[in-house]
Amino acid sequence: MTRLRSLFLAPAGVIIGVLFVAPLAIMLVYSFLTRGAYGGVTADVTAENYQRVLDPLYAAILLRTFVMAGTATLGCLVLAFPLALFISRAGSKKNLYLQLVILPFWTSFLVRTYAWMFLLRDTGLINSALMAAGVIHQPLPLLYNDGAVFVGLVYGYLPFVVLPLYATLERLDKGLLEAAADLGARPWITTTRVVIPLCAPGFRAGALLVFIPCLGAYLTPDLLGGSKTVLVGNVIQNQFTTARDWPFGSAVSLLLMAFVMILLMLLIRRGGEKLI
Amino acid sequence: MKRGLALYAVAAYAFLHVPLLVLAVFSFNSSRFTVWEGWSLNWYRAALHDGQLAEAAWNSILIAVASTVLSTIVGTLCAYGLWKRDAKWLSGSLYLSLVTPEIVMGISLLVFFQWMFRFLHVQLGMHTVILAHVAFSLSYVVIVVVARLRTFDASLEEAAMDLGATEWQAFRRVTLPVLAPGIAAAALLAFTTSFDDYVITSMVAGVDSETLPMVVYAMARRGANPVLNSISTTIVAALGALILFSERLRES
Repeated sequence: MTRLRSLFLAPAGVIIGVLFVAPLAIMLVYSFLTRGAYGGVTADVTAENYQRVLDPLYAAILLRTFVMAGTATLGCLVLAFPLALFISRAGSKKNLYLQLVILPFWTSFLVRTYAWMFLLRDTGLINSALMAAGVIHQPLPLLYNDGAVFVGLVYGYLPFVVLPLYATLERLDKGLLEAAADLGARPWITTTRVVIPLCAPGFRAGALLVFIPCLGAYLTPDLLGGSKTVLVGNVIQNQFTTARDWPFGSAVSLLLMAFVMILLMLLIRRGGEKLI
Repeated sequence: MKRGLALYAVAAYAFLHVPLLVLAVFSFNSSRFTVWEGWSLNWYRAALHDGQLAEAAWNSILIAVASTVLSTIVGTLCAYGLWKRDAKWLSGSLYLSLVTPEIVMGISLLVFFQWMFRFLHVQLGMHTVILAHVAFSLSYVVIVVVARLRTFDASLEEAAMDLGATEWQAFRRVTLPVLAPGIAAAALLAFTTSFDDYVITSMVAGVDSETLPMVVYAMARRGANPVLNSISTTIVAALGALILFSERLRES
């Protein structure tokens, strides 16, 4: 019995061990070494790479990443709640409405990001339409800035918050809502004073589910952000391509992984992993 | 308040769907600029006659099929093993791989492959992309199949074994057929994530293994190009058809 069980687990164990744990372990080692002249590493052990993360330049990028991930998460929470509330009260059409939230999520993330480039760029739909209508004469700088990255992140991860919020709304004790109404609370008061506080677990799970991918976002800031919208993900990529500083790139990667691990543990402790 | 919510929902659904819808409409525009001039199939024709594009699409399909087959088999066995008894380190690593930023996973695989190549005489190519895709899609498969197993009545399997089936026979003849729809859904998820991946793929791809998302990325970077609208619409339509097909499969 036990032997067969380990046979079932062995292939996955080998794959995760070799292709996930071992690569991270190599990066952990590299993060304490010194950069080679043409990329790669030399065997001089140092903790300098971690000290460099605290440089004002990189500390600012780290802070910017947290602020961007935080605002995108907040945006998702605010936009998702009324939508989840609408779906939970849609009666027989619930499933259809829920499917409509998930559907774009199934399609390509890259294409969805490109769709925003198509809308926002200087020759894009919004600027072309406004210029054709004579509202503006110069294209508005809509793409390649923080705002575009924010929109891209919210658009990309909104379903991550709608789903857990909808799940908590479904489990809500309807008797409590009736009690509030019987005691004279208007619908608006019931929503803000009873429903929203009771949805706290859904808000927490949803917030973590969005914050984690936003923290490590790379493609969205790369395509929609400008040269000033550099986030941690872009710094990591840059160290392994143009800058050729593998040890520093490894140190930043592991720091990011440490944050992600802490957030994952929070998520699991809150039982949020069942909502993934 | 009810009307307010409904109005809000219309706006929210517009936010979710309009970007892809306008992209689809403009893929049929006869003008090369973002001004509507009438219907045409020009950009689809141009995409069809692009040899590099065809090769990239073919690579993407090969990679997605190979990595889906591998990760579905390994992931299903793993989910079954985890359902029997928990293995904390393995499920923990799987969850962690699920939330690991793509850029970190891609870079770490690149560093790992480069390190391995010191001992083996191979280079980056289709095989490294397929291995990378198995690594990141495995956790999706395990999670979907485990969710399906949670609804499965374990006593059915015990009954089979009481009646003389070995553990393997009970898995093969009783559990596996019940799991089939969940496994199909997991395979589909693995296929779409593999077919769509750009970040990890671009890190571990070699000269002979350019994929469709890599072409899409390069074109998006280069500036406005109406051919990209037709490619994007085709990708979204193909993935959408695949999802609808799997929904049918699950219902039957």
